[in-house]
Amino acid sequence: MTTAAVPDPGLRHLLIPKVLTARVRMASGERGRGARLTVLISIGIVFWLFIFSVLFRILKYFRNVEEIGALLAGKLLGLIFASFFALLLLSNVITALSSFFLAKDLDVLVASPTDWLRLYGAKLLETLINSSWMVVLMSIPMFTAYGIVFGGGALFALYVVALFVPFLVIPSVLGAAITLTLVNVFPARRTRDILSVVAVMAAGGLVLLFRFVRPERLARPEGFRSLMDFVGVLRTPTSPLFPSEWFEKAVMGWLHAGSTDWLGMALLWTTAGAFLVFGALLHRVWYYRGFSKAQESAQRRAYSGWFGRALRTALAPVGSVRRELVLKELRLFFRDTTQWSQLILLAVLVVVYVFNIRYLPLSGQGITFFLVNIVPFLNLVLAGFVLASIAARFLFPAVSLEGRTLWLLRSSPMSMRDLLWAKFWVGTAPLLVLALAIVFVTDYLLQVTPFMFAVSLGSIAFMTFALSGLAVGFGTLFPQYETENAAQIPTSFGGLVYMMTSVVLIAVVVIAEAKPVYSYLSALANGGRASSVQMVAWFGFAALVCITATLLPLRIAQRRLEMVER
Amino acid sequence: MIELKGLTKKFGSFTAVNGINLTVPRGELFGFLGPNGAGKTTSLRMIAGILRPTAGSVSIGGIDINADPVAAKSRLGFIPDRPFIYEKLTGSEFLRFVAGLYDQMGPEVEHRGRELLALFDLEEWRDELVESYSHGMRQKLIIASAFVHRPDVIVVDEPHVGLDPKSIKILREMLREYVNRGHTIMMSTHTLEVAEQMCDRIAIIAGGEIRVCGTMDELRAASTDKTLEQIFLRLTGERAARNLMDVLEA
Repeated sequence: MTTAAVPDPGLRHLLIPKVLTARVRMASGERGRGARLTVLISIGIVFWLFIFSVLFRILKYFRNVEEIGALLAGKLLGLIFASFFALLLLSNVITALSSFFLAKDLDVLVASPTDWLRLYGAKLLETLINSSWMVVLMSIPMFTAYGIVFGGGALFALYVVALFVPFLVIPSVLGAAITLTLVNVFPARRTRDILSVVAVMAAGGLVLLFRFVRPERLARPEGFRSLMDFVGVLRTPTSPLFPSEWFEKAVMGWLHAGSTDWLGMALLWTTAGAFLVFGALLHRVWYYRGFSKAQESAQRRAYSGWFGRALRTALAPVGSVRRELVLKELRLFFRDTTQWSQLILLAVLVVVYVFNIRYLPLSGQGITFFLVNIVPFLNLVLAGFVLASIAARFLFPAVSLEGRTLWLLRSSPMSMRDLLWAKFWVGTAPLLVLALAIVFVTDYLLQVTPFMFAVSLGSIAFMTFALSGLAVGFGTLFPQYETENAAQIPTSFGGLVYMMTSVVLIAVVVIAEAKPVYSYLSALANGGRASSVQMVAWFGFAALVCITATLLPLRIAQRRLEMVER
Repeated sequence: MIELKGLTKKFGSFTAVNGINLTVPRGELFGFLGPNGAGKTTSLRMIAGILRPTAGSVSIGGIDINADPVAAKSRLGFIPDRPFIYEKLTGSEFLRFVAGLYDQMGPEVEHRGRELLALFDLEEWRDELVESYSHGMRQKLIIASAFVHRPDVIVVDEPHVGLDPKSIKILREMLREYVNRGHTIMMSTHTLEVAEQMCDRIAIIAGGEIRVCGTMDELRAASTDKTLEQIFLRLTGERAARNLMDVLEA
């Protein structure tokens, strides 16, 4: 009997499906792809320019501060890269869970005669790319600013790349190892739940931290002193054992002395190499056990508590079909960690919003009566944007998420109208409470007149209904039935169209109401009376626009849903 | 009870179902057989009101499903071939939800739901989220949900996939008993033995058209073949079976 050669697909072969998928995605003629790409690239360029200009200004100021200027620039870089390291670690931990344990291609790969080391390499590379690309993109304008301000020269870019590669590998290996350990302890799906909450909380915390530092003070010359205090007082958690510290020292060494910091470079590369070896060994010992455990689903019981029973009783008058639809929506939302955890981000968004209003400089020189009173009105625009983005996150994906279970709803005698209105109310009711609360609190902080209070509350209530109607409507017209991750749905082309339409709606409402509000403020300032006919006409028009924007999309969505064949 | 007239479905230029005419009376278990891609699932999904026919009509108890979908669907239960259900609901919540869609609620429905779960050995799992169910358990839950509102007509697409032998036996007996009580069932299956034993009449579909339709005796009388397998292969796939050796030796 002859011994057959043992097949062993190489690393390149294992990556072929990913490469081909990416190529197909690039070449696909999906509707609106060009427009979405243009908008995304434009936003990206604006974001780059913003980062570059802010950092450029700060670094230029630092360069001119005698003695401690360079120290401050280094400290800032250390701070940024310590944050990057933490972000990368978290991102890699989460991504590794999907790529190593939950991805759909794993059954085929694990069952095939693939060498464990090649599987580790392929999955690690996938994890690294998926979790690091954003940090890499953000770093480009930063290094450009450092390079220009401190005269890094043409080779600076290459030098940074040589430092950056091991800097990305270290958190990737570490993240994959942490995930491997977690999966061996907890069930994979429970691990995913825990990690998604931790990730959202970390992201929310970072946004809050950034906001509470009040970076807008940097834009004022007198604020620079407080920044120096800030950087000095904050004392970055420095340690010679931190890769971000080696990175900072190596970069600043080049920018100051113009020479390569061989020690920093060696520390980064040897650590990355050593981590890779240990990570691979850990993978060899624990991966199969963890992967097998990840296939077992944990039992999860769920009972209807007193709240569920109370809601069931309260909803009895709407009939069994609508009641069951609403209860189902609520259960699915609150039992899905990836969904409810977004409420944390929502809370952060609201806190940041109220914080911004609290710190608006509405007193002092140059602040007129009109300016003070127009801010609460413009507040409607910002509140509208906040509501639109929340509706995009929670209401827009509502119909898409029914994709796989649409057979059940379509084969039942329930009308699609009931389905859409159930989704509308489940999303709109909390959104309305939130909208009224935001506007009430901010109007209270701004100490507006009773008239403006009434206008703001009335307008935001109408706008909430309209934005919700548009979200459910556009979500049905541009469904993503195959997407399992609800968080990806708002970033689709339909999500973009929804956001653009929302902006138009908010603009139309605010412009329509600007005329009567201006008349009222003029009358208040000059002691006259505003025309009540004009008031009724313009406010009536704004209300009509909102009512149409609520009902029309739902009507169109109903027709579309009745035609869906799934 | 089920009446199909000139039922046609086209996907672009491809005709999946081509002018099917069929009547399934009350109290009959009708078997719908055919090779993969023959048009079985498309036909059943049109009967369930999920797909709209390109031409022709579907009537359930004399009600045209396109003209009055709510009335027609309220008399219908559908069991799909792929058990996609809400992962974050428990088994009992899912049954309650389905009953609610048919405007049924109350202690009687709760009792029926519990009985159905017990019948399919899901009683212990009634408060577990569906995400922790196996493929077979999900299939059993969907089957239970189709009976929870006691429809006049049940349309079943490949009900045996993923079921254990005990559940298959229970399902067979349940379908038979349901038909004996005056209800109507239309079932597609690849298990010819099951179709031969259970169904009152059988239709074989291939290329979107019904090739033969009748009782087992009528099918045998119309050809030289004795078994349903021989009749099926002759009508649908004899050539492929014959080429098997060539493929294995290639």
